[in-house]
Amino acid sequence: MAPDHVTRRAVLQGGGAAMALPGVAGAETGAMLSPESNRGRDMSTVEFTVNGDRVQLQLDPRTTLLDALREHLQLTGTKKGCDHGQCGACTVLVEGQRINSCLTLAVMHEGDSVTTIEGLGTPKNLHPMQRAFVTHDGYQCGYCTPGQICSAVAVLGEIEAGIPSHATEDLEHVVLSDAELRERMSGNICRCAAYPNIIAAIREVAAGDEA
Amino acid sequence: MKPFTYSRAASVEDAVAAASSGGRFIAGGTNLLDLMKLQIETPSHLIDVNHLELDRIERTPEGGLRIGAMVRNTALAAHPDVRRDYAVLSRALLAGASGQLRNKATTAGNLLQRTRCPYFYDTRMPCNKRKPGSGCGALKGGSRSLAIVGTSDACIAQHPSDMAVAMRVLDAAVDTVAADGTRRSIPIADFHLLPGDTPHIENQLKPGELITSVTLPNPLGGTHVYRKVRDRSSYAFALVSVAAVFDGQGGSRFAFGGIAPKPWRVAAADAAAAAGAGAVAQAALADARPTAQNAFKQQLVASTLTSLFRQKEARP
Ligand SMILES: Cc1cc2nc3c(=O)[nH]c(=O)nc-3n(C[C@H](O)[C@H](O)[C@H](O)COP(=O)(O)OP(=O)(O)OC[C@H]3O[C@@H](n4cnc5c(N)ncnc54)[C@H](O)[C@@H]3O)c2cc1C
Ligand code: SF4
Ligand code: FES
Ligand code: FES
Repeated sequence: MAPDHVTRRAVLQGGGAAMALPGVAGAETGAMLSPESNRGRDMSTVEFTVNGDRVQLQLDPRTTLLDALREHLQLTGTKKGCDHGQCGACTVLVEGQRINSCLTLAVMHEGDSVTTIEGLGTPKNLHPMQRAFVTHDGYQCGYCTPGQICSAVAVLGEIEAGIPSHATEDLEHVVLSDAELRERMSGNICRCAAYPNIIAAIREVAAGDEA
Repeated sequence: MKPFTYSRAASVEDAVAAASSGGRFIAGGTNLLDLMKLQIETPSHLIDVNHLELDRIERTPEGGLRIGAMVRNTALAAHPDVRRDYAVLSRALLAGASGQLRNKATTAGNLLQRTRCPYFYDTRMPCNKRKPGSGCGALKGGSRSLAIVGTSDACIAQHPSDMAVAMRVLDAAVDTVAADGTRRSIPIADFHLLPGDTPHIENQLKPGELITSVTLPNPLGGTHVYRKVRDRSSYAFALVSVAAVFDGQGGSRFAFGGIAPKPWRVAAADAAAAAGAGAVAQAALADARPTAQNAFKQQLVASTLTSLFRQKEARP
């Protein structure tokens, strides 16, 4: 393994998505700006739709979509785990596709339609995937859960659309299986290891969709 | 991140003009923003190329396939023609990153993604690629994941792309346009550069040159296999990967990932197929210079080839 003087972060970066690193990367990203660092700089205006509402923001161009959602729109359901594309906690749907909101700039989303966990369902009116996560205990601490749920909703859409994955045996013929779900959900890390229950929850929603 | 200004290019002409005055293209952003957050990349102006009409996949008049630079990795892997005629490319793409990342990652961005050498990522460490002349932290340090062939005394970083390995086995060409409007087509064999004593120069692109598409020659037919070996079975970079096409007439081609500074292909390895996996591995690694920590990759290449040959027998 790597010698001691290679930092933990460096090793994780090098290895890709080892696990979420809450708090390590945030400070130096510049995404959460101190007023000084922005003084005298151009702000950019961006307009997009979030959970059906049109919003217009004046932002430092460095602001990620994740920080725009959390810090500027107070939609704190979407979580920041690693801030480097490695954990999936920040997963949202943009134009119906799941992406890591930490690795994209808000200003790049002019005119886009964004759906966050708050837009999928509400406590009084849960989305079927949210309900299934509750039923199957698809979480412990819940930190990764909004990302897991957004990802899971998109995964079923991707299978429905016949998009293959690494687990697909015949590229022309995509069938839903536990192996498919595990592979497709691998971009969402759960430190509490709720994985089996997450798969059970997604399975239930998939079965309901077929019925 | 260091402060930067941002603009959206409306046309290819627009994009290259903006780049000629010092801007940097941003596509999916999944590699560039990651590196900007760590201040490894510090562009002062970003040119968003996401709205250029470079997101199409179309047949060429000759029967090949032209893939727009902005086609997302998900869309490319799922395209019916790619699944049918260039399955090794679908397989390689699907073996990389995660579903979320593939939805953003583009053809051009994937080719140009930078190494995952841990010292390159750690700004407190010496690294000739990040800071020319500062030395190489990996040579005498943690080099387990790094390259074993094509390296130099200045740098032993591996190229991390899966997609590029399949494109190498298919003999793709990278189509570009420069600031002055000159267009050229660069064979992928020549596109990425070996480190030599300038590891910070990684490819043939001139400053401000834009990739417009990647063109695949006519389909080869036969059996396509991509095999990737990594520390986890998903969402991890390759320790070793092999892209292979067995054309059904006795011809075979192999390209390797995870072991070299560029997608690795050696003519003698293609020619050694009839003699079996061991002979292919030996030819591919004839010039290998591994470190003590990554010497295991030589055996891993051989055993990956052995299982790949078996996989081919099972599904001819
Ligand atoms: C956690 C994690 C795991 C990953 N795992 C894998 C893996 O297993 N296998 C793998 O192959 N990859 C992996 N990746 C890398 C991923 O594939 C790349 O980040 C992605 O392909 C980059 O594409 P992009 O469009 O986002 O590029 P960007 O980040 O937008 O750009 C990358 C570079 O290309 C330049 N560029 C972009 N478009 C053009 C153009 N048209 N012309 C000229 N220059 C251009 C940019 O200026 C920049 O220098 C992983 C990434 C992460 C974060
Ligand atoms: S191997 Fe290359 S990228 Fe890694 S530390 Fe050495 S010079 Fe830098
Ligand atoms: S916060 Fe970890 S992937 Fe975005
Ligand atoms: S529920 Fe705690 S990280 Fe997943």
